[in-house]
Amino acid sequence: MNRVLRFLFFALVVRPVVTIVLGLNVRNREQLPADGPAVLVANHNSHLDTLVLMVLFPWRMLPRLRPVAAADYFFRNRFWKWFSLNIIGIIPLDRDARRSDNRRHPMAPISDSLGQGDIVILFPEGSRGDPERLGEFQTGVAHLAKLHPDVPFYPIYLHGLGKALPKGERLLVPFFCDVFVGGPLRYDGDKAAFMATMVERINTLAAEGHFEPWE
Amino acid sequence: MRWYELEPAVRGAIGAIFVALALSSILVRVLRAVRPGVDWSEVAQRVRTWWIIAGVFSFSIVASRTVSILFYAFISYLALKEYLSLIPTRRADRRVLFWAYLAIPLQFFWVYCEWYGMFIIFIPVYMFLLLPMRMVSIGQTDGFIRAAGTLHWGLMTMVFSISHAAFLLILRLKEAPESRPGPGLVLMLVVLTELNDIAQFVWGKTCGKRKILPTVSPGKTWGGFLGGVATTVVLATFAGPWLTPMNHRQAAFAGLIIGVGGFVGDVCISAMKRDLKIKDSGALLPGHGGMLDRIDSLTYTAPLYFHYVYWLYLFHTHGAEP
Repeated sequence: MNRVLRFLFFALVVRPVVTIVLGLNVRNREQLPADGPAVLVANHNSHLDTLVLMVLFPWRMLPRLRPVAAADYFFRNRFWKWFSLNIIGIIPLDRDARRSDNRRHPMAPISDSLGQGDIVILFPEGSRGDPERLGEFQTGVAHLAKLHPDVPFYPIYLHGLGKALPKGERLLVPFFCDVFVGGPLRYDGDKAAFMATMVERINTLAAEGHFEPWE
Repeated sequence: MRWYELEPAVRGAIGAIFVALALSSILVRVLRAVRPGVDWSEVAQRVRTWWIIAGVFSFSIVASRTVSILFYAFISYLALKEYLSLIPTRRADRRVLFWAYLAIPLQFFWVYCEWYGMFIIFIPVYMFLLLPMRMVSIGQTDGFIRAAGTLHWGLMTMVFSISHAAFLLILRLKEAPESRPGPGLVLMLVVLTELNDIAQFVWGKTCGKRKILPTVSPGKTWGGFLGGVATTVVLATFAGPWLTPMNHRQAAFAGLIIGVGGFVGDVCISAMKRDLKIKDSGALLPGHGGMLDRIDSLTYTAPLYFHYVYWLYLFHTHGAEP
């Protein structure tokens, strides 16, 4: 039932909004992974980011696309919890968890998902932040890469969605969305080096667009 | 409008478009076979996209009045969205841009009502006055003039101009309200605008030497411009009396308007793109670029041709005595 609702939501709401109301300009679409396990690493400006990345893949991949999202934010009431888990299919991340809590490592559900061959969507900026401005990447992504040295990480730069629906706004204003897909990156034994390369790759993709800052 | 209700000339012209496209597709195949060393993929892609454009455009003429108007409203929406995504906008104006988008359904609603008086002043007067007011109410003065100016230019070009093609399609002659000159008039406008682009390109390639606007569009030459305009005038002289109520002389002048107007519209969008330091306005139409790359000439020819036709005849509009 939820699976059907998920397809219907993407067919009737997400696809029309993303491709007709907004419209996509995808650069290097052919670089996207054809299959999992893989991690998509993108900048984060809007709730639309997740939906745009999910629309880039063919229908049959939909059940395998798993965005990582903050549990405290998306589980704020029962409807959102049901919606984000079953319709969007998020992997909830416990932002406050400490390893000393005698629980599982907070990244364990992501590892499980990658183990099943899913494509995980990750926003290392952590939150949506200021519209159309690249925030600092948190090191969790390097940690995940260290746990999965054979999984490819794809840097992706998104532009325009922070204008269309920035943090704190409810009114969607149509803007074209530019998507720049980068080639895969793998962990090579050093977390700091992985972080630096990832940030540099995202910045290179951002520079391809020659976008003016949005003031 | 149903297919069988269309004038035989209109049906013939739509048929001719598809015959010409079929010939182009065959020509691309032949060229590929004869000269395999040359990369024909871009030309082939261009022709493929032409098929889609011609199919959708023909459908918009054959479809019902409402669907036709919605079609042009959608073209306006895509063009305005492309424009507003390309130009630098102010963060503070996000909601103002939403108001600008709302002008599209209203403008095309006036077309639907045949309310010429409102149609002709809504964007140049009311939106022109309203949007700066909305900007001021937000309170950011930095970049105010530029924001108000660029937004109005966008609305005029992408919505006001394009809506003229929709109004042209639904025009009814006053002395014969049952007659439908619209489909023929629009076909002549759109087909000649596109052929004029192609003719200017071909003449420019074959006998163009002196550059006409080197800083705006270095590829354009006097030879291309004059050859293109001449070709369009000749085509219009034949097509006008066949497709529209115009006689040969009136149609020749319409051709002159389309030839010169099409060139100016083209170079204005080129200037805009050069200002923004981009080559194509988007990737919506493979082989052509974005929506603005395709409708550039039409932003000038649609209103100019419309007002020429509107001046030639008396039309039945809302508010006027029938």
